[in-house]
Amino acid sequence: MSAPAVHSLWTTAAEPISKIDAPKIEYGQLSPTLIVIGAAIVGVLVEAFVPRKSRYHVQLFVSVVAMAAAFAAVVALAAGGYGTTKAHIAAMGAIAVDGPSLFLQGVILLTGLIGVFTFAERRLDPAAHGNRVDSFAAQAASVPGSESEQAAVKAGFTTTEAFPLLLFAVGGMLIFPAANDLLTLFVALEVFSLPLYLLCAVARRKRLMSQEAAVKYFLLGAFASAFTLFGIALLYGYAGSVSFATIAQVVDGTVPDVNPALADTMGNDALLLVGAAMVVMGLLFKVGAVPFHMWTPDVYQGAPTPVTGFMAAATKVAAFGALLRLLYVVLPGLRWDWRPVMWGVAIVTMLGGAIVAITQTDIKRMLAYSSIAHAGFILAGVIATTPDGVSSVLFYLAAYSFVTLGAFAVVTLVRDAGGEATHLSKWAGLGRRSPLVAAVFAVFLLAFAGIPLTSGFAGKFAVFKAAAEGGAAPLVVIGVISSAIAAFFYIRVIVLMFFSEPKPEGPTVAVPSPLTMTAIAVGVAVTLVLGVAPQYFLDLAGQAGVFVR
Amino acid sequence: MTTMSQVVNAGFPLLTVTAGLPAVGAIATAAVPAARRTAAKWLALLVSLATLVLAVVILVRFEPGGDRYQLNESHAWIADFGVRYELGVDGIAVALIALTALLIPFVILAGWHDADPLETKSSRWRPTQGFFALILAVEAMVILSFEATDVFLFYIFFEAMLIPMYFLIGGFGDRAHQHGDKAAATQRSYAAVKFLLYNLVGGLIMLAAVIGLYVVAGTFSLSEIADARASGNLDMATGTERWLFLGFFFAFAVKAPLWPLHTWLPNAMGEATAPVAVLITAVVDKVGTFAMLRFCLQLFPEASKWATPVILVLALISIIYGALLAVGQRDIKRLVAYASISHFGFIIMGIFAMTTQGQSGATLYMVNHGISTAALMLVAGFLISRRGSRLIADYGGVQKVAPVLAGTFLIGGLATLSLPGLAPFVSEFLVLVGTFARYPVIGIIATFGIVLAALYTLVLYQRTMTGPVKAEVAEMPDLKLRELVVVAPLIALLIFLGVYPKPVTDIVNPAVQHTMSDVQQKDPQPDVEAAK
Repeated sequence: MSAPAVHSLWTTAAEPISKIDAPKIEYGQLSPTLIVIGAAIVGVLVEAFVPRKSRYHVQLFVSVVAMAAAFAAVVALAAGGYGTTKAHIAAMGAIAVDGPSLFLQGVILLTGLIGVFTFAERRLDPAAHGNRVDSFAAQAASVPGSESEQAAVKAGFTTTEAFPLLLFAVGGMLIFPAANDLLTLFVALEVFSLPLYLLCAVARRKRLMSQEAAVKYFLLGAFASAFTLFGIALLYGYAGSVSFATIAQVVDGTVPDVNPALADTMGNDALLLVGAAMVVMGLLFKVGAVPFHMWTPDVYQGAPTPVTGFMAAATKVAAFGALLRLLYVVLPGLRWDWRPVMWGVAIVTMLGGAIVAITQTDIKRMLAYSSIAHAGFILAGVIATTPDGVSSVLFYLAAYSFVTLGAFAVVTLVRDAGGEATHLSKWAGLGRRSPLVAAVFAVFLLAFAGIPLTSGFAGKFAVFKAAAEGGAAPLVVIGVISSAIAAFFYIRVIVLMFFSEPKPEGPTVAVPSPLTMTAIAVGVAVTLVLGVAPQYFLDLAGQAGVFVR
Repeated sequence: MTTMSQVVNAGFPLLTVTAGLPAVGAIATAAVPAARRTAAKWLALLVSLATLVLAVVILVRFEPGGDRYQLNESHAWIADFGVRYELGVDGIAVALIALTALLIPFVILAGWHDADPLETKSSRWRPTQGFFALILAVEAMVILSFEATDVFLFYIFFEAMLIPMYFLIGGFGDRAHQHGDKAAATQRSYAAVKFLLYNLVGGLIMLAAVIGLYVVAGTFSLSEIADARASGNLDMATGTERWLFLGFFFAFAVKAPLWPLHTWLPNAMGEATAPVAVLITAVVDKVGTFAMLRFCLQLFPEASKWATPVILVLALISIIYGALLAVGQRDIKRLVAYASISHFGFIIMGIFAMTTQGQSGATLYMVNHGISTAALMLVAGFLISRRGSRLIADYGGVQKVAPVLAGTFLIGGLATLSLPGLAPFVSEFLVLVGTFARYPVIGIIATFGIVLAALYTLVLYQRTMTGPVKAEVAEMPDLKLRELVVVAPLIALLIFLGVYPKPVTDIVNPAVQHTMSDVQQKDPQPDVEAAK
């Protein structure tokens, strides 16, 4: 259509707007995420409109139902073949619905469900002014030690916002490993990170430490996000697209039509290498790999223990999922560049986590360093770059997250006058006072240490086997050496619990409600089942080990 | 899969049941209420006796001239890891299962009062139930590791048995030391941790080798690997085979224990109660030497031959060094521990001498050492529990006060020094002859180990049992009925096998022949020409 210059010298009639297709969204396939985010929004409304005294119950109900429904949706999708034959890219290329996504979403949802149980525990702390209290501050906004805080405690306020925050975090984590373009990846990263920063800050006890932890986590997390974002920008500059598939094509050099702009940039390896390194760096921060691990011990220690348990388990699952997708879908053409670097990261992560954990005197910090060492073991599986590598990582993540949740749930039970007794010396002789609790914790520690017949061993064997088959035999040797080092400090806790005399004014073990009991029981059951009969779950992870591109 | 490796399941899963019974018994014992301590003890004893009956059934049903592995069972387990639940026994395994099943009732009976709680303040703290449940758990895992014909399956139980052992060592000390003695408790937990860390490190190194084996062979089944090797499908590079061999051997050498990886044993045996010490040295450590025969030689024959000179020298050092340190000990239990290190040196020397006599001698030695050490150590335990001290210097003239105790102690000691007529003599003789046939110099030097054995045993006896009666032991009661029931059968067995070892050698010899053909070794012929 011709454009007569009827207007003026400096304007011209625009091309008529061509028809824009409404985005095609496969609601069914995105239902797990939609359910969880929807429930989170309902949770916010509940905070606004439901009377204070019934909020807790409504929030608990909404969260549990949402997690269960979302998990059912994941199972339905998987049963419908979306994990294998019908795997494809949904939501206009933004979300991948495939095996790894569904597997990890299932794990995250179960982790979230158990997380809800531990969040809702109200029998551990003594009642304040006749009100049962959970692990969260009466009013997060009140200054610690101030009168307003006392007033809030007296009035029986509770931070029931924790539930919608948890749901938002889970929602973000569901998208994170499924994100199929860099922008979705970044948005998901922020969606699950921000609620976690908040949750870290709202401990009922040791509030200043909790707030400090939150600030550290936020500052370092913001840095990591900035790195990621800058990396995304560079990758976009390199490939002219944020879509994983397109970037992968550009990296491989198999892109069908090269326009002049792309031809200019795609030869620029600096953009690609620096960009990829920065995005990977952001993800390594989230998984807590050395040298991006500095936040882990402080945050694990300061955050309310139920939050720590959830965060330690679910963040790792989501972040490793995203890392796998990035390395296997976007950057397989670059693997000769990233593999040596990841080798180095895996080695220092395994050794660093294990060695520093030995010197810890606080149980939560010790578990934090142990989680760093485990991140190293998982990285060994990531490096394999074989289908077995993917499925072994998936299996390890499932096994690890339940052990972690269970272990932190046990930590919430051991208490003295100051709240949780996390200093290791206070755990002396626990096996005499509460043989069952100590035995359960010993099971979790043995699983962390990778003793046969626990899920930890099956997982470790899977990733080491994949790594050895993928040609990373030296990593396996370093892995077993760090396992031996790590075994030392797990065993030290067992020694303390069973072979040391109990201290006269030692901590007591609180009798939890069925909520925490369920969390611990599920942890033990999964640990033993995955240890003794892992075949079904290995099959599941094996089937789920193929990415869609 | 070739037809050869198709393992046929025997009708009745005898091997599973034999190992499963103590496992179930362990759970049942642990579940006995706190107040019913005596019931838990009897339950554990009955379970261990029933297991002994099953072990005898295995012994009877096993045909020495038959297939290499018998009473096989094979079920799918973790397909992703290439792991099957495969059990089967050869003659060596049958002998060691019988030894294990035989010793456990005595261990339980000897430790009858070792884990009684000092005060019954907490209703939930049930040390007695725990003690006997842990013993049965160890028995189950040891038997399974003798039965496993799948490398991975073996590895699992080889590692997992550390955990109950660890609790047995660290959780239950001599009663004389239990009364709030902080130093003793610290030493005990040090010994337990040392035991666990040494063995765990060994095990983890082996894990790397297990994974490596899978990458090379693609299976964990002993029969499949043997088939692949026979048909030439499995071709290990020399370097790979040596590394894998070293990974396996390291773990077994820690367990056995071989100098210089032995230092955990004196600590563990010194701090543990006498029955647990017997469990360590007579039962659990046998898994190490057994595994050298079954896995090192069979899976890595070339590397085994490559490493033989070094291993023989280490074994020789173990023999002499262990004996020398035993001479210098002031603590009865540590003395027995160092004596055991010396004996394990003989066993390992016999295995790697690569002669039929050496290997049958080594297997026989495992059985005999189990019985003789059990006899000596359990009597020593009775002695120590009477006086409340482990130091040799605290005793004197016991034979005048408690002649039966002293007499049984002497027989146990004489068995340890391989007096002709008692069982260990036959095995030690076979090992020395077998070694001499191929490595005369090493055989000759090893003989000095026997001389030193005579020295430490007789000096121990002389210092504790003879001489003037010390005031502290003047009131010492002699062996009670329960203790006699423990010691008498062991001594009877020592004498029987000393005079007539044929039942054991008959079972063991075909298995040894198989191992010898695995490493493609023939016994050296006597050099007739040179003799003329």
